[in-house]
Amino acid sequence: MGPYAREELLACVIARLIGEAAHVAVGAASPIPATACALLAARGNRLRVSLLHKRKGNPFSEGSRELFDLAGQGRIDVFFLGGAQIDGEANVNLVRAEGHRFPGSFGSAFMYFAARRTILFREEHSRRVLVPKVEFVSAPGSSPPGVWRRGGPQALLTGKALFAWQPGRNRFRLETVHPGSSAQDVREATGFDYDCAPAVPQTESPSDEDIALLRGPVAREVAANYPAFGRRIWGTGSGHSKS
Amino acid sequence: MDALPANATRFLADADALAALIPDGAQIAMPPDYSLPAMAVVRALVRRRARGLRLLGVPVLGLCADLLIGAGCVAEVETSAVSLGEAGLAPRFSEAAEKGEIVVRDATCPMIHSGLQATEKGVPFMPLRGVLGSDLVGLRPDWKVIDNPVRNRGQSRISEKSDSDPDFEDPIILAPAISPDVALFHARWADRAGNVWLGRRRELATIAHAAKAAYVSFEHLRDGDMLEDELLAPGVLGSVYVSALAPAPRGAWPLGVADEYGIDDEQLMTYAKAAKTREGFRRYLEQWVLTPEKSCSPA
Repeated sequence: MGPYAREELLACVIARLIGEAAHVAVGAASPIPATACALLAARGNRLRVSLLHKRKGNPFSEGSRELFDLAGQGRIDVFFLGGAQIDGEANVNLVRAEGHRFPGSFGSAFMYFAARRTILFREEHSRRVLVPKVEFVSAPGSSPPGVWRRGGPQALLTGKALFAWQPGRNRFRLETVHPGSSAQDVREATGFDYDCAPAVPQTESPSDEDIALLRGPVAREVAANYPAFGRRIWGTGSGHSKS
Repeated sequence: MDALPANATRFLADADALAALIPDGAQIAMPPDYSLPAMAVVRALVRRRARGLRLLGVPVLGLCADLLIGAGCVAEVETSAVSLGEAGLAPRFSEAAEKGEIVVRDATCPMIHSGLQATEKGVPFMPLRGVLGSDLVGLRPDWKVIDNPVRNRGQSRISEKSDSDPDFEDPIILAPAISPDVALFHARWADRAGNVWLGRRRELATIAHAAKAAYVSFEHLRDGDMLEDELLAPGVLGSVYVSALAPAPRGAWPLGVADEYGIDDEQLMTYAKAAKTREGFRRYLEQWVLTPEKSCSPA
C-alpha cells in the first residue's frame, strides 16, 4: 500500500466507527466526517447521510431546524461533535478557552442528547485541547439519572489516536494509536486520565480499495461541498462549484 | 406615510432603502451564510452607519454578522455560533467578544428555532429536550426548567421506572418566545403581489412569522401571484408577512443563491484573511462595502 494522507486514515476510522447505522448526520464544517460518509456510500453501504452543508441537493427543506427535529424524533443514529476543549468525562466546550472566543455551541447541547451515538472528533491532539476539565460545558458527556437522554458519546478520534467511551465508567479507554504515534506519545499529549491496556494496537491503515474510492468518487463528492479541503487533500478542481 | 393599506407590502428602490427602514438598536434575525443572507442590505447597513444593532442568529451567523460587528454596527449578538465555515473563525466577532466590545448571548440552535416557533404559534414558550447540564443554562436566566407536567405519556416517558415512581422528576427546558424586530433575508424571486419565494429555505418563513417586520431583498421580480402556482406555492412566503421588498441583483454575494450563483469561495477567503486585523478589515470595507457600485461585484 502506498502513502496516504492522515485525513484519509481518519476518514477510514470514522467509517468503521459508524459501522451499522441507518442515518448519519453531519453538521457544521466537518469535511473528514463527510468524507467517511461518502466512503461508506461509495462502498455501496445503504446508509442515509444528511449533510447540513451540502451545497446542491441538500437533504432538508426546513434548514437546520429539520436536522434537530429529526434528532428529537430519534431518527439520527450518528452525529459528530468537535470542541475547542474536550475533557476526560467527554464534556465538550465550543465557546471559550484560555481567553480565546470560539464560534459557539451550535446544536451540541441538543444533539449530544438526542442522537443515538456521537463521535467526538478533533484533529489536534494536545494538552491544550484534551483537558482535565473544560472551561465551559457546551454539552455534557453524561447526564444524571432522571434527565432525558437518548444517546451520548461513542468514541473520541484525534490525529494521534482513537479512544472508546466507557459509559459505565464515565472514562475513555485508549483503543488504537495511529501510525507515527505511540501510546507514550499519546499519554504525554493528553491532559486527562484514561484507561489503557498494557499493549495498545496500531490503528489499521486504509485498504487499497478504500484509498482508490477516496481518491475517485469520494474526492469528487466531498470537494463539491468542501472545496478548500478537496484542493488541499486531493488537488481537486478550482473549487468554483456552481450551486 | 404611503397611502397603502396597513398590511400591504412596500416595494422599495434598493438595498439601501431597506437598510434605511431598520432603526439603530433594532433586533434583527438573520439566517446563516448558507441560507439566503441579505448581504447587500448588510453592506447598506454598514454604509448608513447603523449602530447598536442586536443580531439574532437563526440559528448561527457568519459573514453578515462579522461585517456588521467589525464596522461597529452591533451592540449584542444572540446566536448558537458565529463562524465563516471553511474560511475559519469569524475574526471580527472573536476579537469583539474577547475584548468585551459586544454582548454575546450564547444559545444552542434548537432553542432559537423553538423560541421563534413559539412566537409563530402565539404561545409563551416551547419545551425542548436535551440542553440540561450545559453551562448555557446558567448563562440564560430567560431559559426556564420545569418538571414535565405531562410525563408518563407516550414519548415523554424517560423509562419504565419513571412510569411507576411518582417521585421521579422529569426536568425539561423551555425556550421563551422570541419576537425579533426585523427578519432580514434574501430571496430568489418576489412577485407583484408581494410574495417571496424561499424554495427549500422554509425555515426563513418561521423567522418572518415571528418577527414584527420582515424585510426581503430579491434577485428577480416575477409577474403574477406565485401563490396561484401549485408548484411554487410550497416555497412561498405570503405577502401578509412581508413588510418591504427591494431588488438586489446578486444580493447574497459573496454567498450563494441556489441555481442562480454559487458561493464565491475566493472572496470569502479574501475576507477571512483581511479581517484578521482591524486595519485589514478597514481596507476590505473601503474596497468592497463603502463603494456601493462595487459591493455587488459580479464573480
